[in-house]
Amino acid sequence: MITITHYLVLSAILFTVGVIGVLIRRNAIIIFMCIELMLNAVNLSFVACAHYLNSMQGQLFVFFTMTVAAAEAAVGLAIIVAVFRNKETINIDDINIMKW
Amino acid sequence: MLNLVALILLFPLIGTVINGLAGKRLRKETVGYLACGAIGLSFLVSFMVFIGLLQLPPDERLFEKHLFRWIESGSFISAAALQVDPLSVVMILVITGVGFLIHLYSIGYMHHDKGYHRYFCYLNLFVFSMLLLVLSNNFLLMFIGWEAVGLCSYLLIGFWFEKKSASDAAKKAFVVNRVGDFGFALGIMLIFLTFHSIDFTEVFSAVSHGNFEKGSFTVTMITLLLFIGATGKSAQIPLYTWLPDAMEGPTPVSALIHAATMVTAGVYMIARCNALYLLSPFTMTVVASIGVITALFAASVGLVQNDIKRVLAYSTISQLGYMFLACGVGAFTAGVFHLMTHAFFKALLFLASGSVIHALSGEQDIRKMGGLKPHIPVTYKTFLIGTVAIAGIPPFAGFFSKDEILLEALVRGNFIYWSLGAFAALLTAFYMFRLLFMTFHGECRVDHHAMEHLHESPKNMTLPLVALAGLSFVGGFFGIPGANALEHFLAPVLGGHGHTEVRGAVSAGHHGAWLPYLMMVISTAIALVGIFLAYQMYIKKPGLSKKLAERFRLIHKLLLNKYYVDEIYDAIFINPTKKISTQVLWKVIDVRMIDGSVNGIAWLVGRIGSVLRHLQTGYIRNYAFYIVVGCILIIVLAVFGR
Amino acid sequence: MLAYLFYIVAAITVTTAVYLIFEKNPVFGALYLIQTMVSLAVLYILLEAQFVAAVQIIVYAGAIMVLFLFVIMLLNLDIGEETKNALPYQRIPAILMGIALFTIICIVIRSKLLQGKQDQYTTAFVQGVGNTKLIGNLLFTEYLLPFEITSILLFVAAIGAIMLAKRKL
Repeated sequence: MITITHYLVLSAILFTVGVIGVLIRRNAIIIFMCIELMLNAVNLSFVACAHYLNSMQGQLFVFFTMTVAAAEAAVGLAIIVAVFRNKETINIDDINIMKW
Repeated sequence: MLNLVALILLFPLIGTVINGLAGKRLRKETVGYLACGAIGLSFLVSFMVFIGLLQLPPDERLFEKHLFRWIESGSFISAAALQVDPLSVVMILVITGVGFLIHLYSIGYMHHDKGYHRYFCYLNLFVFSMLLLVLSNNFLLMFIGWEAVGLCSYLLIGFWFEKKSASDAAKKAFVVNRVGDFGFALGIMLIFLTFHSIDFTEVFSAVSHGNFEKGSFTVTMITLLLFIGATGKSAQIPLYTWLPDAMEGPTPVSALIHAATMVTAGVYMIARCNALYLLSPFTMTVVASIGVITALFAASVGLVQNDIKRVLAYSTISQLGYMFLACGVGAFTAGVFHLMTHAFFKALLFLASGSVIHALSGEQDIRKMGGLKPHIPVTYKTFLIGTVAIAGIPPFAGFFSKDEILLEALVRGNFIYWSLGAFAALLTAFYMFRLLFMTFHGECRVDHHAMEHLHESPKNMTLPLVALAGLSFVGGFFGIPGANALEHFLAPVLGGHGHTEVRGAVSAGHHGAWLPYLMMVISTAIALVGIFLAYQMYIKKPGLSKKLAERFRLIHKLLLNKYYVDEIYDAIFINPTKKISTQVLWKVIDVRMIDGSVNGIAWLVGRIGSVLRHLQTGYIRNYAFYIVVGCILIIVLAVFGR
Repeated sequence: MLAYLFYIVAAITVTTAVYLIFEKNPVFGALYLIQTMVSLAVLYILLEAQFVAAVQIIVYAGAIMVLFLFVIMLLNLDIGEETKNALPYQRIPAILMGIALFTIICIVIRSKLLQGKQDQYTTAFVQGVGNTKLIGNLLFTEYLLPFEITSILLFVAAIGAIMLAKRKL
């Protein structure tokens, strides 16, 4: 029998993988994909909770999360394009003027 | 008609705003007539309010006009509301009436000044504040007016601020007044603590319902604190020193503010609070003593001064002392009566002296005057009327009011008050006639340069003089003994019943009915003696005064230097304050401690920052790492921290 | 049967996710992510959320990932792009932190902190009405305002993307 805990642990694993990806990768696009992965992990826990609580709200929330993810992807990728145009790189270690 | 009372305040305010904002671009005539018109309209409305008040039965002559809710904080409520009763009506009539004449006079006197519009702006603002002071129905609004007249006084004393002496005098007036205002403010707070209200009607009705026994400590404290405020504003010992210096301002200002109206604010306030003062015999003694000592003290200094305005300044202090004496013995009506007549003749004297100064192109030293009588006849005649009035010769205004004060001092007070007051009256007659003789009679000591320009003042300056001379002549008949119209009018506020008791006691009892008439004869005789002495010393034997001065050199020097009070204040208060400020407050507390701690904190933050800024690597992954660590910590706290 | 399906799909999901974060070539990375999302869609179906599963494939695996691939190709990056590594010492702590995060999340899951209220939409009820119809009903009645606001969000995002990516306006 698959319980809600299975799904939540899976979600946690996916989320952690996404976090580690953000922390160790330097390619901005990959980092972006890791963020999408984290969003998906959360979506999974929403749907799982909705199913085991006999509720619809989790599914509806996934719907809105996807909207935000889409908007974020569009703007974020536009930023990456703009950065690449200026600095000829998408390695975020080359983009380090955000300091003193 | 009583509803119009707000207009009395509105007109001068409009004048101030227009002259203050646009005065520079208006023509001089417009500025002057605008200011005069504002005060003139105010006077007309005041008169209508007066008529309106007269139509009410005497016991109901109290009208309150609520303007707007002003401050409400917890149980503290202060409305902006005006109060019309006989006392405030007398005050607004005097203020707007005399004020109007002085405005008119100023048009001519200030004509050549480049700060013309500024002058009229301040003058209108002053009238507005003074009216606010006397019309307010609670202590706080009165305090606003009280402070505002102090501000206007500062601005007008320092009107010619390019002169160092003028700006110094302005500062002095402001600081000395601040001492008094501090006492006044404390008094108001104590009133609120005691009565839980600052409305005149509520406070006084609480008092009259007998919630406080006679001589209660709280009431004594309140009245003493209020009296400290009064000594500041009304130039009584020990806070009188600013008034003689205030003569640095333009002469009409001296006439309006430092003689006729503002300095009487203290007398008005004490008369307003008579219910409180009557409860505290100790304070009454203090008020009367300070009053009579001031009267004598200032009169003695006035004997030897050589500046025409300074003599008048000391006479003002002396006359204010009389008013406080009257208040101190419980004869508030007599005090207000003298306030009114004094406003007339002192304004007249100041304006006439201004006319003299104007004629002599700015000369103020009476040793360089003399023999001016044929040259400026109108000024002479009006000055003479003013001098006779202040000296106390019947039937001029000063006679009746001063005589009444002396009579009350004897009947209600004691013989010492009377004898000191009478002696001060002798000195008053002497120094005023000395001033008159030295200015207008005898040989001419004017230098040639000024002589060429010697001229009588223009019509718009002599007209107010004549009007004020008329008032000085008839002003006394409002309070003539036997048919005292002023006293009946003021009775609802100032409690005329006490007065009639005295009269009754006088006519029926141990003194006998002849006392008032005897007193009249005596005070007239005193005045005549003073005049005679002055005549002997300055007309008959001009050298006598010099001989006397040499004979009593020590006293003469003491008087000439005003008892060294300024120097004593300098040594006791001002220099130590300066020294402490410089040596301790500035060089140790401010530079070392305050600047040191501020700079030290800034230095410390800078050092810490220069170390911590290495955390800011600029690498986004680094920041993300910190965020994750932070998230973990927060979750740990949320789970295990409960 | 369904339990086996869950374990298989979960294993695929995690494997592709891990492949994603260690993949040098972004194009392959994107493909791994698409596989992750498709597996998630399968899990959604297992959880009786058919509409969400469909949207997951259409929007995520379809639209968003195509956008990613499009940008990758637009930039035409070399595979050995990640030359500069300014924070080599952060690799091990990052992985340790990830493990710590996972541990703490598991603790939260096990500790009865997460509790919810049972609602009325039981599986039988949802199947009676139809999952898509139910979501549609809710979106256009109870959740109409947030739904309309998302349209503004998308509109603004479109404008922002154009503003940022365009060379000269």
